[in-house]
Amino acid sequence: MSLSLKELSKIEPRYTEGHRLCAGCAEPIIARQVLMATDKPVIVSNATGCFEVSSTIYPFTSWTVPWIHSAFENAAPTIAGVESAYIALKRKGKITEDIRFLSFGGDGATYDIGFQALSGAIERGHHFLYVCLNNEAYMNTGIQRSGATERGANTTTCPTGTCTPGKKEFSKDLTKIIIAHDLPYAAQASPHNYRDLMEKARKGFDANGPAFLNVIAPCPRGWRHDSSKTIDMAKLAVETCVWPLYEFDNGVYSMTGESKRIAEGSKEKRPVSEWLKAQGRFSQLMKPQWASVAEEIQQNVDKRWNALLKLCKN
Amino acid sequence: MAEHLVFNGDQAIAYSWKQVNPDVVASYPITPQTIIVENFAEYAANGEVETEYVCAESEHSAMSLCIGAAAAGGRVATATASAGLAFMWEVLWIASSMRLPIVMSVANRALSGPINIHCDHSDAMGARDTGWVQIYGENVQEAYDDSLMSFRIAENMKVRLPVMNCIDGFIVTHALEKFIPIDDAVVKRYIGEFKPIRPLLDIKNATTYGPFTGNDYYFEHKFQISEAMKSAMGVVKDTFKEFEDLTGRKYDVVEGYMLDDADYVIMAIGSTAGTLRYVVDQLRAQGKKVGSLKLRLFRPFPFADIAKALEGKKAVAVMDRAMSTGSSGPLYPEVCAALYNSKDRPRICNYIYGLGGRDVKPDELAEVFDHLAKGTCKDINFMGVRQ
Repeated sequence: MSLSLKELSKIEPRYTEGHRLCAGCAEPIIARQVLMATDKPVIVSNATGCFEVSSTIYPFTSWTVPWIHSAFENAAPTIAGVESAYIALKRKGKITEDIRFLSFGGDGATYDIGFQALSGAIERGHHFLYVCLNNEAYMNTGIQRSGATERGANTTTCPTGTCTPGKKEFSKDLTKIIIAHDLPYAAQASPHNYRDLMEKARKGFDANGPAFLNVIAPCPRGWRHDSSKTIDMAKLAVETCVWPLYEFDNGVYSMTGESKRIAEGSKEKRPVSEWLKAQGRFSQLMKPQWASVAEEIQQNVDKRWNALLKLCKN
Repeated sequence: MAEHLVFNGDQAIAYSWKQVNPDVVASYPITPQTIIVENFAEYAANGEVETEYVCAESEHSAMSLCIGAAAAGGRVATATASAGLAFMWEVLWIASSMRLPIVMSVANRALSGPINIHCDHSDAMGARDTGWVQIYGENVQEAYDDSLMSFRIAENMKVRLPVMNCIDGFIVTHALEKFIPIDDAVVKRYIGEFKPIRPLLDIKNATTYGPFTGNDYYFEHKFQISEAMKSAMGVVKDTFKEFEDLTGRKYDVVEGYMLDDADYVIMAIGSTAGTLRYVVDQLRAQGKKVGSLKLRLFRPFPFADIAKALEGKKAVAVMDRAMSTGSSGPLYPEVCAALYNSKDRPRICNYIYGLGGRDVKPDELAEVFDHLAKGTCKDINFMGVRQ
């Protein structure tokens, strides 16, 4: 399918106006990109979170495709149930359409509370694309830490205090863990590079089994940046290698987008300090007291980036 | 009429599912339910059902799969017990709130801790407020019959709520008994084609399931579930009647034994009701005017039927195989409420018994009758515990 803006603008929206997400929220941008990546019918499950509560405030809905929200931790088994009924009804000849199955969950729903359920659904081989809208904390309930929150970040449950700057631990590398399931397709993406994101979503939709897409989703409220800077922030995450764009396609790792150019040496790898300085949640790290934490974050980003480079060369 | 089979309760339920041939069965093994899903897995492995059989990685996910599958438009069954039901607890509410006619067999088992695999009703009683119809069977025949009838009740347009059919762990799940199945073709006709309502798989008519609902609509949604549960009372009775016409096996929401002229009555749920009838026979032979009452339907609660069965009796003991710690057994206050407005209400006392599979001995039940007759029972009593 064509990814030209002109062509994309003709697609009937599957997630429409009227939702109540914050100004500058990355989630509806990502969702629209994902939903435009297939022309097949799509059924969506959604974990509890910002994206869910803001899109279906009864008696309204922003969804023009079939959509189900059950609970916080079960977006994956819920869509797996839909897919299972689809298989059974197709077998009985009651359904003829070729349908795609999609789940959205935030990082809390994906990295933390729904992790087991997602792992189980992937292991069982259900055909579905799971998209993690990763804004690196529990933003819906007011910015609490998650397994995706970066070391040093200030959240309401790992607040900046006199003894600690913020979160003590580095983020969990969930994409790596998902890839360990040896599923057909997994990738990291960012909404600033919509062509890259949509190409990955398309591959995920058409994968022969479960697929996982981890998308960085800047949150002006939680990250403390201006709501006009969302896309810039997503881009900066990639350019600093905090959020590498890469994919795992049937066993083959590849860098994509800006990350590929950085890996090839045709684009500068910007220092993590630029990423930290741009966001209020890391402002405490600019003080001399916590300078070493900023340095540790850079070291950890480098460690993960170098490990990924090796995987992509093999 | 079909030949009888000799199955345990779990096998009988799996056999009923084979005949129903649900679209999706999603489950997680847990003692003493496991035989159900093992047997069903064999049916699936041998192509005897067309069901999409999914082995979830937890009960929470099993019920979540059931919710997704039922919302998608499939006929869905599952089974669980004890900690598994407790683990599902959050999503049980969501299944009923979405009005999904899921059928679940529960092999009643004690909750941890301490960990124990044997029978009591703590698991299902803990789920009494979740919006599921609850039917309790006494033996293997009822396990089989209830499982079949549950599909009819759940899918009735006046109900459209999930149904839990419960049997006593090990006592019924693992005991081999004779039972009479219904012919496959008759079951197929009796269960009929599943009629989904606004299924997710109807992609031309997109439906939003599970929206956020604030203080402007939540209460009304809950009221509608309450109305559906109220309708379930009549539907369950009609279903029992139809089933009697089909099989000759007569059921009611409460079933009395030697009640008409009884002064003293013991009321119980599940397999204990069978032991009770034996004790009643023994005491009747001694000329004692005793009777028993078996509760088949716990949700919706048959207040009127209980009042009718028990008013005018001198004393009633309500047996609870579960305990609301800090209060009484869960059945007791509801039976009291059923009789509070009766003109001639009996003295009612509560016996908590059989927790963690503690044996229920006929002598002990005879002693309860003795206490009722002598007026020596307290409001809340414990039967068979070392104090």
